[in-house]
Amino acid sequence: MNRIKQKLQEDKKILSIYFTAGYPKLNDTVKIIQDLEKNGVDLIEIGLPFSDPLADGPTIQASSTAALKNGMNTALLFEQLKDIRKTVSIPLILMGYFNPVLQFGVEEFCQKCEEIGIDGLILPDLPLDVYQDQYEAIFKKHGLINVFLITPQTSRERILAIDAASEGFIYMVSSASTTGAKNGFGPEQTAYFERIASMNLNNPQIVGFGISNANTFQLATEKTKGAIIGSAFIKHLTQNGTSGIAEFVTQIR
Amino acid sequence: MSYHADEKGYYGEFGGAYIPEMLYPNCEELRQNYLQIMGEPTFKEEFHHLLKDYVGRPTPLYFAERLSKKYNTKIYLKREDLCHTGAHKVNNTIGQILMAKKLGKNRIIAETGAGQHGVATATVCALMGIECVVYMGEIDIARQAPNVARMKMLGAEVRPATSGSKTLKDATNEAIRDWINNPVDTHYIIGSVVGPHPYPDMVARFQSVISEEIKSQLLEKEGRENPDYVVACVGGGSNAAGAFYHFLDTPEVGIIAVEAAGKGIHSGESAATSALGKVGIIHGSKTLLMQTPDGQITEPYSISAGLDYPGVGPMHAHLYTSGRGEFISITDDDAMKAGLELCKLEGIIPAIESSHALAIFENRKFKEDDIVVVNLSGRGDKDLQNYIDYFKL
Repeated sequence: MNRIKQKLQEDKKILSIYFTAGYPKLNDTVKIIQDLEKNGVDLIEIGLPFSDPLADGPTIQASSTAALKNGMNTALLFEQLKDIRKTVSIPLILMGYFNPVLQFGVEEFCQKCEEIGIDGLILPDLPLDVYQDQYEAIFKKHGLINVFLITPQTSRERILAIDAASEGFIYMVSSASTTGAKNGFGPEQTAYFERIASMNLNNPQIVGFGISNANTFQLATEKTKGAIIGSAFIKHLTQNGTSGIAEFVTQIR
Repeated sequence: MSYHADEKGYYGEFGGAYIPEMLYPNCEELRQNYLQIMGEPTFKEEFHHLLKDYVGRPTPLYFAERLSKKYNTKIYLKREDLCHTGAHKVNNTIGQILMAKKLGKNRIIAETGAGQHGVATATVCALMGIECVVYMGEIDIARQAPNVARMKMLGAEVRPATSGSKTLKDATNEAIRDWINNPVDTHYIIGSVVGPHPYPDMVARFQSVISEEIKSQLLEKEGRENPDYVVACVGGGSNAAGAFYHFLDTPEVGIIAVEAAGKGIHSGESAATSALGKVGIIHGSKTLLMQTPDGQITEPYSISAGLDYPGVGPMHAHLYTSGRGEFISITDDDAMKAGLELCKLEGIIPAIESSHALAIFENRKFKEDDIVVVNLSGRGDKDLQNYIDYFKL
């Protein structure tokens, strides 16, 4: 069974961590993954850096720019990850923008993911209809779960369509914002979390955007299956490098 | 075969809406409403009223006699340079500000490179009394000071884009990010036929007034609606889209798109997207764009700030790959020479963007009885410093 699905069956709140591959140093990728697993993280999103990350705020933009400057690219990331399954069993998701995947070749990209043991993809600018028309069969053939996003503005009808197209989980963006733009949750988010919970969707939801510490993690996961931390972890890496990952993770829960 | 967008916003394989879910409601609201709003009699009436009395349309279709004589063909200039604010850009901003009002939006954002679209947006926002924020690359702010001042005088806030390469593509990224953060009250006025569906089609429709006028004006002057060729420069491609629009599905009209070769196509400093680009996704649209083999978007170069966009609108990508359009690229040097020539022969100082289109005549032969319409997209006032530096005036 796909490692993401397996993990989601566990009776616990999922802590997912995002980081940008090639940041802060080009060859930090494997160490970061190993340290995150060792310290009890449940799921990892490995960011494939892109020159024009539309949905990201300054923190992740800066990490992407730095990673590209360090020399990160798609082929190199696959090379760094080729033996990753010898040392970790945590579910791994590649997250990035669609253009680098398109240039690598969607089929070749998925093939590589399968060889390495990647479990899923998050490609925010690959729209639902294009995925279903052109790529769903390829993703499935290579055992990859495609994760879709919903936001507070996503209509009920579209949430149902996304739920039907999803397997694994739904990435629930906590507010109308780019990554790292907001910290913490207000009554609007609480209402949104409750509204989605009451829909009884087939797929569990994992909340992203606005989670940075134990308090926001706890709030985000009251009505959901888990939460994702991105910008806050990147900031931690900027300040501390790859040392101190244990401290960061253990203060979350 | 049609060269217009289909209902999903595709021109052949190009176009569509490759956007993160955060932008889906915004684009969907626009997609569901734009055609209906544009078709409403009150909308049309107000749009045409403003184009006439505020912008100064119709712009003349001028027979350039001395230029024609020099190149031994019949050259007409579509005088978009005479539009209020100095270029065709205002046709689109007038349309979109009316659209924003119909959609009940009370805040406008825009991106700008050289500042022409920023000025055209700030202008219509002043006209309507609507808040306006223009994103502009930090580097462009430094090199386009007069347009920054214009926008400020018109009441707009100019916000520097400090990410990436700090130019037009990054200003566009910042505007899109603003829209993600303000999805309900804000309308994003994109300045060209780029971005996710419905923008390329909507902007092309607003700019199509250019070719609509060419047809009726040519009928009056030459007794025929269709020229043999229409020539326009292409950065993102909005003036070209407008000039080509009503001729797209008329194969007897030759369509010539002129791109900026910069210092030469293979110099590493160029903006000739059709020659150098590959299929990919930029700013929510599938099109031709300049990028690394790894899919990172690269920074183009042209002496003309309005042409240095790393992509091209999906309509133009389709015109190129289908062979419907003839694509030619013109170097900085050839464009500057052609710009100066128009000054001397016709007493018109063109924008450097438009000078690229004018350089077609040194680079391609036309028959003596061919009727060639060149879209003179903007005037050269904004480029004086560039002309001064280049010609050491």
